[in-house]
Amino acid sequence: MGRRVVVTGMGVCAPNAVGLKDFIKALHEGKSGIRRHSKLEELNFGCQVAGEPLIKDNILNDYFNPLQLRGLNATGIVYGVVAGIDAWSDAGLVKNSSHKPSWEAGVIFGTGILGVDKFRESIHLVDEKQVRRLGSTTVLQTMASGISAYLGGMLGCGNQVTTNSSACTTGTEGVLMAYERISGGKADIMLTGSCSDSGPYIWGGFDAMRILPRTYNGNPVKASRPMSASAKGFVPGSGAGALVLESLESAQKRGAKIYAEVLGGEINSGGQRAEGSMTAPNSEAVQRCINKAISNAGLIADDIDAVNGHLTATAKDVVEIKNWSAALERKGSDFPYINSFKSMIGHCLAAAGSIECVGTILQFQEQVIFGNVNCEDIHPGISDVISEYRIPQRTMSYNPKYIAKASFGFGDVNACVIFSAYND
Amino acid sequence: MGNDAKYEQLKDIIKIYLPEDVSVDHITPESNFLEELNINSANLIDIVLDVEDVFDIQLENEDMDQMQTVNDAIEIINKKISDK
Repeated sequence: MGRRVVVTGMGVCAPNAVGLKDFIKALHEGKSGIRRHSKLEELNFGCQVAGEPLIKDNILNDYFNPLQLRGLNATGIVYGVVAGIDAWSDAGLVKNSSHKPSWEAGVIFGTGILGVDKFRESIHLVDEKQVRRLGSTTVLQTMASGISAYLGGMLGCGNQVTTNSSACTTGTEGVLMAYERISGGKADIMLTGSCSDSGPYIWGGFDAMRILPRTYNGNPVKASRPMSASAKGFVPGSGAGALVLESLESAQKRGAKIYAEVLGGEINSGGQRAEGSMTAPNSEAVQRCINKAISNAGLIADDIDAVNGHLTATAKDVVEIKNWSAALERKGSDFPYINSFKSMIGHCLAAAGSIECVGTILQFQEQVIFGNVNCEDIHPGISDVISEYRIPQRTMSYNPKYIAKASFGFGDVNACVIFSAYND
Repeated sequence: MGNDAKYEQLKDIIKIYLPEDVSVDHITPESNFLEELNINSANLIDIVLDVEDVFDIQLENEDMDQMQTVNDAIEIINKKISDK
């Protein structure tokens, strides 16, 4: 049994709110961050709605120095730094101002692909035979680990500083990687999270796969419909979420506020075997991931009070609900409460897991289950398996003890983490 | 444009690249970019690009190697402008 690990700080840069305080309010109210994007319309995208955080230019000076802002053209870095630095200060930690690295603090901050707009800028210069004009930050803004490198340097971390990448599982996987590092005694404090760039070059490939909704361009707030019979695909999003994980011992010594305890979890893959493929999950692997997460956390399936699903608003939502039900061996009104924040923020891809982990954990302090929006017409394949009242249509008072959060990604990869209300 | 004006323009370019503990008042014509002003060597590349933009010239690799101090930069800029 390793050391106990708790969450002591959180930060978020989501399509419906930037900053933890506004995010709490947005989740309570079911506020949508999905808007119509003129750029997507101009470029003939089938899906012209998306979720993108609204960052005011004047806040950037609080996070970046003038040199860092110069030529910065990587939205993922902006989101990740805002969320990451916010989480660090929310935990009551300060940036290391000494010349010595903080050996016991590290960063695991994931992304799918970083700095795509910067990369595009560079591609044009290279093609114009102007490679010498790329400047010194092209590499730093476009390497996947750019985000952990920026954060690690700003905070002065001397423990592991890395970037994980596992498609839409990234953020949830990062929480478990950070948990393992602290639990195993290799670090005291880990900033974990994930970010995803905005824009047509990120979202285009998904539009081409025809898995984004094309019939809600005139009605963006209704476009993202997890668990709904009228779901037409996932709405692309972007942003970042960040969590400070810390050994209980370190948190207690600092007198830090504790949001929740991370009890453990599981990461696996369906190997793209059976019905699993590059883009579809192997159900046996999903169920196994959930089951092992619960047993690794020292719990049984009946302990789980609530689930925050991956639930993207595609036909796969029905399969996901069946998998949860089979894994937990619970159905109908015995099924835990379940929600998906994607109805409000869209599918933030690599950032999805971390933003949703932040929202999931907030339910302990707020003593609620945040409501789902846009699923007034629950898919019959879902209501066949679980009671509709287990899918709250608006935020409801509740005191969850144990919540399971899962994320699934392309490549047939799965991650499930179990959070607990903190009790000493 | 005289050397004094170029020097002021150069100071304007350099100041953003100075580390936090070096103020713009530390810059003198004799200042060595890397050793005295403690500018990160990667940023020297950006200073060269800024110089190209501001003075509308193009520097070659050997010019960059020779550009060690503020005065070196002014000399190179003058040469490039007169060669145009």
